[in-house]
Amino acid sequence: MLDVKAGDEQSFTLLLHRYRSPLINFLYRMVRNREQAEDLAQEVFLRVYRARAEYVPSAKFTTWLFRIATNLALNSVRDNRYQRMEISLDAPVTTDAEHGDEKTLDVAEKHPNIEQHLVEETRKKTIRHAIEKLPEKQRAAVLLHKYQELDYGEISKILQCSESALKSLLFRAYETLRVELAPLVAQHGKQ
Amino acid sequence: MSCSRMEKKIMGYVDGRLKEGERLEMEKHLSTCAACRVRVNEFRAVNVLLDELPRIEPSEAFDLRVHARVAAEPAKQSWWAWFAPSPRVAFAASMLLLATVWIGSRSADVNLSAADVDKINQNMQLLENYDVISDFAPLTELPPPVQADETDQQNQLNQQM
Repeated sequence: MLDVKAGDEQSFTLLLHRYRSPLINFLYRMVRNREQAEDLAQEVFLRVYRARAEYVPSAKFTTWLFRIATNLALNSVRDNRYQRMEISLDAPVTTDAEHGDEKTLDVAEKHPNIEQHLVEETRKKTIRHAIEKLPEKQRAAVLLHKYQELDYGEISKILQCSESALKSLLFRAYETLRVELAPLVAQHGKQ
Repeated sequence: MSCSRMEKKIMGYVDGRLKEGERLEMEKHLSTCAACRVRVNEFRAVNVLLDELPRIEPSEAFDLRVHARVAAEPAKQSWWAWFAPSPRVAFAASMLLLATVWIGSRSADVNLSAADVDKINQNMQLLENYDVISDFAPLTELPPPVQADETDQQNQLNQQM
């Protein structure tokens, strides 16, 4: 980032290549819409570029990057929630549309048995729904902890809370998840 | 360690991020608390289930879109550039400065002779009085002065009556 600050455009391209995938996946899991996740990721990189001159390496770059991303995602989720509330007054609820969700990498060819494929798809959908149902801040905490593997200090800076509050957030989120995913958790226990 | 104290440390235990002392304390608690043992196992199961969610790949156009948006950004001027005015602003500022100097030098050129100064000093009282009376508000409320001819005509009419 310091090279980007010094005006090295090539370094910005390197940053883009290194962080685009984790960033898009984080945003995708937050907003549940691929197109929107990519738009938000573009916005994050644009903000990084705009702020390059003022960048001070007081915290890790990933902390700064995901803080921008989390703020954008939380705002977007809140905006979408109000939009959905307005739409739901007029339109019938469709359970399969998944808020414009796309099909993820299809692994059908790995499953000769269509029934097994359907079971796995249902399982993934259940897990996705359980994460979606978490309050936004708990969801962000779980995603940053689980998928970005950031340490507690970094996550608490991103979410602007104390480490103690973060541990409570994670505990409550996992408590909810273990209840929501109880049938799958029980299956896992038997294996 | 009580179950409520365990809440904040359980994720650290599941992740293996606890310090040695905390981990031993947790294991001591787990050896006596069946509910917390179940909870730890179920948290581990949740952790494994979360791994099942697929990852998505950025679209092919993503990089192009970011680069296009970056290229569309206006060139950023350095902080010092603020002090370098544009040629038009510099010209206008120079003209303003010249005009100020010229007007200042003109007022300094007004030289009065000794006789003029004496005359002003002699009439200073009168000038001051005029200055006060000319701007004396109550005087503006007086009726306008009446013409002499009109006064005579008015007197004649009064006598006839």
